[in-house]
Amino acid sequence: MSELLEIADRIVERSGSGERLEAYVARGVETDVRVYEGAIETLSTATSAGVGIRVLLDGLDGARAGFAWAGSLEGEAIDRALRSARENASFATPDPMVALAVPDDVPPASVEVSDPEFSTFSIDDKIAMALEAERLARSSDVRIRQVDSADYGDTSVAFAIASSTGIRASADRTAAYLSVSAIAGDADETQTGSGLSVGRGPGSLDPAHAAAQAIERSARMLGATKVASTKTVVVFDPRVTSTLLGVIAGALSGEAVVKGRSFFEGRLGEQVAVPSFTLVDDPTNPRAFGAARFDGEGLACRANTLIGDGVLEGFVYDTVAANRAGTSSTGSAVRGGFAGTPGAGCRAVVLGAGTMTPDEVLANVGSGVYVQSITGVHSGVSPVSGDFSVGAEGLVIRDGELAEPFREVTVASTLQRMLQSIMAVGSDVTWLPGVAAGQTLAIGDFQLSGS
Amino acid sequence: MAEVFCEDRTSRTAVYDDGKVEELSSGQQRGAGIRVIVGDTTGFAHTADLSERGLLEAAASAAAVAKGGGGGVRTIPLEQLRAHSTRARFLPDDVATSEKISLLAQANDAARSEGTSITQVQASFAEGRRRILVASTDGVFASDDQIRTRFNVMCVATGDTGLQTGYESLARTEGFEVFDDADVGELGRIAARRAIAKLSARPAPSGEVPVVLAGGSGGVLFHEACGHGLEADHIVKDSSVYCGQLGQQVASELVTLVDDGTVAGEWGAFAVDDEGRPAQRNVLIENGILTDYMWDYLRARKEGRTSSGNGRRESYQHLPMVRMTNTFLLAGEEDPDEIVAQTPTGVYVAKLGGGQVNTATGDFVFGTNEAYLIENGEITEPLRDANLIGNGPEVLRRIDALGTDFSMMPGTCGKDGQSVPVGCGQPTLRISGVTFGGTSS
Repeated sequence: MSELLEIADRIVERSGSGERLEAYVARGVETDVRVYEGAIETLSTATSAGVGIRVLLDGLDGARAGFAWAGSLEGEAIDRALRSARENASFATPDPMVALAVPDDVPPASVEVSDPEFSTFSIDDKIAMALEAERLARSSDVRIRQVDSADYGDTSVAFAIASSTGIRASADRTAAYLSVSAIAGDADETQTGSGLSVGRGPGSLDPAHAAAQAIERSARMLGATKVASTKTVVVFDPRVTSTLLGVIAGALSGEAVVKGRSFFEGRLGEQVAVPSFTLVDDPTNPRAFGAARFDGEGLACRANTLIGDGVLEGFVYDTVAANRAGTSSTGSAVRGGFAGTPGAGCRAVVLGAGTMTPDEVLANVGSGVYVQSITGVHSGVSPVSGDFSVGAEGLVIRDGELAEPFREVTVASTLQRMLQSIMAVGSDVTWLPGVAAGQTLAIGDFQLSGS
Repeated sequence: MAEVFCEDRTSRTAVYDDGKVEELSSGQQRGAGIRVIVGDTTGFAHTADLSERGLLEAAASAAAVAKGGGGGVRTIPLEQLRAHSTRARFLPDDVATSEKISLLAQANDAARSEGTSITQVQASFAEGRRRILVASTDGVFASDDQIRTRFNVMCVATGDTGLQTGYESLARTEGFEVFDDADVGELGRIAARRAIAKLSARPAPSGEVPVVLAGGSGGVLFHEACGHGLEADHIVKDSSVYCGQLGQQVASELVTLVDDGTVAGEWGAFAVDDEGRPAQRNVLIENGILTDYMWDYLRARKEGRTSSGNGRRESYQHLPMVRMTNTFLLAGEEDPDEIVAQTPTGVYVAKLGGGQVNTATGDFVFGTNEAYLIENGEITEPLRDANLIGNGPEVLRRIDALGTDFSMMPGTCGKDGQSVPVGCGQPTLRISGVTFGGTSS
């Protein structure tokens, strides 16, 4: 039994009559290295741990919920958090829908998200990887003027959750990444691009890949200009698609839907996307970056089809959102560490793989724009109204091939219209950090705003 | 240089959602971050274990990166502690929870009274206390006690055209006295009206248009168009479009831009920064001429100057870096109404959302939360939300009118994964042309 689960158990043992109690305990170790001009710029290592406690006070009109957290696992800090959670609960409105998860019969999938080799890498190995990525980015292409950052980072986290309603779960995960940010151009011109390599552990990182990607993405932007406003087809780079699917996943949260904060509200069973569009949240897929055995309430994660052949089939739920919707949890509680309460969300969203290679997608589209990065997602995309407007840069598509670069434009539509305007899906499923996979995706009927 | 940064932080939030007190949450965190700088290399470690053993272990870990150090013991005379106590008059912690909840209910009721099209209201209250202490081998020895209070209202309006949202927030580096002069009901009504107005909004325009930004509509324009690009960490790495531009005309001569951590009560205010430097007022652009960048300890040392009080970090678990505090454009001489009247066609932005910038290229976006068409010098129909895009220096040169009004808005600024509270401010102003990213061509 893990040490964290023991701590969680001991907290739960303290639940009194008329109350339900849940303890979430987590510990993480983090290493971050940034190198610059062949030397270490910063090196940080740290351990952090904490606990989040939910208390439900039962009453005739329903339960009242309170939460408190502490960034420490010391007895005194836990005592104070428990006291605060109880006090907080006493001020909440009684609500018959408020509940803690209860064990269901779904067994957890056997996904392994910890790299067993993780601890065999020394800090010097990690520094060497960052230095190698920077060296390659600086020296492989004369068009690269500067590498403003080259970072190695990794985390190893473990959590346990226990509740007086019978939940007991624990899991751990590791992750590592390398990222390189390059600047191309002579003194009169500046174009930027970044490269990324991610994996469960340092052993699966590839400095050459990260460097080459940063070089390619910045150098191909040389000569970029603002293009004229037009209606256009947009082909999204896998990284951008991952961001885009992340926003759509947010609107498929059952919590957002029951609270009337999603444009999908009331559309269950309707054709919300083109018939070729299927969207599944499957944290049991071991390749998914967000793969997990247990959700944020300790239930087994499971595959949930959200949109099947263009028809809206379902949403993801945690326990409370499921109660409000009159259904049961889909094992989709997510929480932002020990300081956050659970909410409903996706972890591993993926479109069905298309049949076309990225080049075939471009050829199929013929003319349009290829967008390699977007900005302003927080300020210009709303999962409530569906309005979509983002800054974009990339390459013009002409005669089915990538042509000259552009930047400083926006592309706009609505999420509703985008789902109905999907033209082609690439076969290049790439798992990236975040809640969704990336793949090449072509969508029509955008308004591009430029000069 | 070696530095110990200690932080003790408590927070409490209350969320009133869908007519219910749905979530009350409180938290506490305490720890130390230890930084050791040798040459151009920084070693950093943090710990929640404030015992002597815990601190020594973190120190050893931070120092490990400084290989070949001289060793031995150095005794450093610390300055007399520069302790700053909070200016908050009423600690939110001392105020009954029921009082906070009644404010939330008040905002909720006011928002819902704006019309039956308001289908969802979420009102939230957050208080935070952050006590810090910094000591370094440069002799720095300073402490601060920062109290922040925030109140947000988010509304959803539902109509034939679908759902629309409206937000309004109040956030100050003050205690509960912030509610002495504030009408939380009005916050609710403003948020509700924003959402309702957008139900009948037409798609935003696509392409270059003149834009009038209302005073205090967010100020995020300057935060993105030049604020980030004037942070010295980007300058020393040649990754800012403002590199080498000191003394040059980088904006319209109407523009005088200030970053000032001393403005009492503003969201980005503090007594000392997270490196123990007193907050100060820094003029960045004066009459369009770039006068200075913003500096933290590390970048200032590299240039042989002193920090400008812009070294900030999210928590003891983070390294400090160059950050803005309260960044604002000084007011001008024109009547705000006249600025609109003298704009034949364009867009009037009453409330901005967030934004994002690529400091190296200068390209930036910022979003609207409430905007209207200007036709024949008059504000007319509401527009749906969209992003605007521009290039920093180019947009700053196109500012051609500046109002006499002025107000500040709170915001949260994210950089390299760290979030800090900042203030933004500006008078009513006009940009002669900027690209609006709507769908209506």
